[in-house]
Amino acid sequence: MAEISKKIDTITFGLLSSDDVKRLSHVKVVTPELYDKEGYPVDGGLMDTRMGVIDPGLTCRTCGEKLKDCSGHFGYIELARPIIHVKYIRVILDLLRSTCKDCGRILLDDVKINSHKEYLDSLDKKDILSRRKRTKLIRDSLKNIRKCPHCKEKQYTIKIEKPTIFTENDKRITPIEIKARLEKIQGVDIELLGFNNEHSNPSSTILTLLFIPPVTMRPSITLESGERSEDDLTHKLGDIVRINQRLFENINAGAPEVIVEDLWDLLQYHITTYYDNTISDVPPARHRSGQPLKTLTERIKSKEGRFRYNLAGKRVNFAARTVVSPDPEIEFNEVGIPKQVAMDLTVPERINQWNMERLKKFIERGPKTYPGSNYVVRPDGKKKKITDETKEQLLEELQPGFIIERHLMDGDVAIFNRQPSLHKMSIMCHKIRVIAGRSFRLNPAVCHPYNADFDGDEMNLHIPQTEEARAEAETLMQVQTQLISPKHGLNVIGCVEDSVSGNYLLSKQIVLEKDEAIHLLMSIGMEDSSKFKKLKAQVTGKEIFSVLLPKTLNFVSKNRADEEVVIKDGELIKGNLDSNIIGEEGGTLIRKLHKDYGDEKTLSILSMIFKLGIKALELYGFSIGIKDIDLEEIIVEKIRQVMNDTNREVKNLISKYHDNELETMPSKTIEETLELMILQLLNRVRNRVGELIADNANPNNPTIIMANAGAKGNILNLGMMSALVGQQALRGKRIEKGYDKRTLALFKQGELSPKSKGFIETPFREGLDPMEFFFGAMTGRDSLMDTALRTPKSGYLYRRLSNALQDLKIEYDYTVRDANKTVIQFKYGEDGIDVAKSEKGTINIRNLIREVTGK
Amino acid sequence: MEEFNILEHNFVPKHSVLNKKEIADLLKQFNISIRQLPRIFANDPVVKALNAEKGAVLKIVRKSKSAKEAIFYRVVVDA
Repeated sequence: MAEISKKIDTITFGLLSSDDVKRLSHVKVVTPELYDKEGYPVDGGLMDTRMGVIDPGLTCRTCGEKLKDCSGHFGYIELARPIIHVKYIRVILDLLRSTCKDCGRILLDDVKINSHKEYLDSLDKKDILSRRKRTKLIRDSLKNIRKCPHCKEKQYTIKIEKPTIFTENDKRITPIEIKARLEKIQGVDIELLGFNNEHSNPSSTILTLLFIPPVTMRPSITLESGERSEDDLTHKLGDIVRINQRLFENINAGAPEVIVEDLWDLLQYHITTYYDNTISDVPPARHRSGQPLKTLTERIKSKEGRFRYNLAGKRVNFAARTVVSPDPEIEFNEVGIPKQVAMDLTVPERINQWNMERLKKFIERGPKTYPGSNYVVRPDGKKKKITDETKEQLLEELQPGFIIERHLMDGDVAIFNRQPSLHKMSIMCHKIRVIAGRSFRLNPAVCHPYNADFDGDEMNLHIPQTEEARAEAETLMQVQTQLISPKHGLNVIGCVEDSVSGNYLLSKQIVLEKDEAIHLLMSIGMEDSSKFKKLKAQVTGKEIFSVLLPKTLNFVSKNRADEEVVIKDGELIKGNLDSNIIGEEGGTLIRKLHKDYGDEKTLSILSMIFKLGIKALELYGFSIGIKDIDLEEIIVEKIRQVMNDTNREVKNLISKYHDNELETMPSKTIEETLELMILQLLNRVRNRVGELIADNANPNNPTIIMANAGAKGNILNLGMMSALVGQQALRGKRIEKGYDKRTLALFKQGELSPKSKGFIETPFREGLDPMEFFFGAMTGRDSLMDTALRTPKSGYLYRRLSNALQDLKIEYDYTVRDANKTVIQFKYGEDGIDVAKSEKGTINIRNLIREVTGK
Repeated sequence: MEEFNILEHNFVPKHSVLNKKEIADLLKQFNISIRQLPRIFANDPVVKALNAEKGAVLKIVRKSKSAKEAIFYRVVVDA
């Protein structure tokens, strides 16, 4: 196609008049035949070469270009009788109702015409909304005018019958009559009815010529049998031309009006379904096989239409999708892919004199043995499939310049993604690692950026096919480049679960023999043995951890227990590691490593820390059993006492309420006051129990270890397992009546006791009784419903927000501006801080001073 | 009811009208035309209280979570 460099200034929408159609057309279609005996397109047929070509050998007779360079030209059909355009029936109805059937004037008196006209003229040209509002008002006000104010002619009600028939006083108005009436509308009236006088004449809503899209828009396909199969639109147009011709012939032969009208209606039907084949009350036009034709409207509309399917939705090759499962043994920036996938997806490699021998082996192995190849591409672009038969010949003609598409191998570049892609971290670059099995493997530490878990999640994998794409993916998208999230400047990847517990225990209490320690370090891939010499016969966990750290690292931070964690010259001197130090979203040590040593180093250190945690936990022998949630008799007694006290207080409150002695809280009823006070008491139980357990907890209890390390769970969860489950709440209140004045039929009506309103006094360890179980199920179901309903809502909200903000940009002067360069904010975030380079949107001055002064 | 000045209300940030020179300096500082400034409608209560004309530029000093004070400029336009 020739270079076109035109800038679009304005676009005007209007109605296509007959003159427009003729002006834009290059062919008048007169015959329903498509091809002659030789298979060439017929002159004046629907495939006329003046409307463009779809055969590679032919040239377009309008522009003289070939298939690739000619985008096609329009044609038209002259209709024997006027036809109503279905998409304009409402407009036509409005027009007929608001104008005089006789003189064609708008049904308004001159005074009103002038006042409306004045208003419209006063409007800004661009203020289309107000203009539309007013013209709609005018049209609506004219629906029931009985007498023309200009010629005093009586007006009748006009109705639409089914798809395209207009009636006046139950008598049909033919399209000819309608067209005549619409043509009578003149001058100001047109404008007052909401039409643009310049490029939309009301009478253009009735068709006399049918515009025919270019052949290129409705290409025929050649089936394997050599037969031609035409596009749905061509079929439809063929029907239209055929009926139109018969109508012409019948009119010219002076056939009876009944026959002509029947044919006319048939033509109307065909043209209606040509525009839209899904109109109710119109039987859809079908193929011979019975499936409905896809005509103009269906091509554009809805999910399978042009916009959402072809323009907004893109499909790619070299992609795979399957279930994901965890594999802590592979690196963060690796992805495990099944051999089956590796043998289906390929990477193109160009042959040169140096790699020829190596690549030849891939062809020899063919597509069925693993590191093989599927295709050979010759320099002329011909793609040859490698099979047992073609193998020999391909090997013979192989020479530099050929491209072979070889199977994926370890270290190849892939792009990995999980929907919904709300983040830039939702799509990252990983290195391939071919593994056994049928699922993709990813390191559990990268679950967080993808928001993946392993309850059946599937993920997508793409293989970049060019050097440029690979380079871009590797430099911009690899996992190590995404450690810090731009939304808050914290690390999105860190230690999780077992790794956190393991490092916590390691730094807190583990002491190993020297050989054990070295064994542990070697097992996580610490191969730099220079630091092993320093280790003494008895090695503390902190010393083992320190081996992984760079010698120059100096770091101070607070952990979850608010103790200081100090690293001096690469030695962990003080403090227990927990999720505040090495976890995801705010692992301060990881943030610091990234700042001081960059992507690559951080990733490799983090990877070792991660594995160290897991291996240390294995060595420690971490496990949990029922006895770990048993409580000591003293604590059980104390909890019982708390419970008894609370029950007594609640009883007191209830009896006070019955004796009318309760003091009402402001703006509350007595009942509400009572409820609030009871709920307060019962909620206090949970916290008291939590405190009791926390105070008396054995620090070696596995649940406590996990809670303290920040790996999983908290004291309240432990309380629910070992002491009591606590109050079940719906919408912030105790469970309310399900039956008449009671929650379950076994309670008394109006009962207010804790038990009857969803307080669960037993722990999970002992098991719940039926009522308690039922209340638990109620709140469980409620929260399930809540998440199920909230996810799509918040998803849509986020989509709207991100679409609204998508082209805002920070300029070099720190202003935030939109695409028109209009200022949105005078300084980004009002403080001008680059959040991605900050920590939680702020700059830690204390740390900066410490770094500079060394104090 | 007693008339009260909304400009003195605690929730209303400080608004002031720029003079010609200040406007010119502002536009020069950000290298923009007056149409590229954020807008405020002429029927906005603050604009009425300040008696600002169409085309005037208001300087607004808001409290900011991140920067303590944030300065904004808005040009008065027809509603």
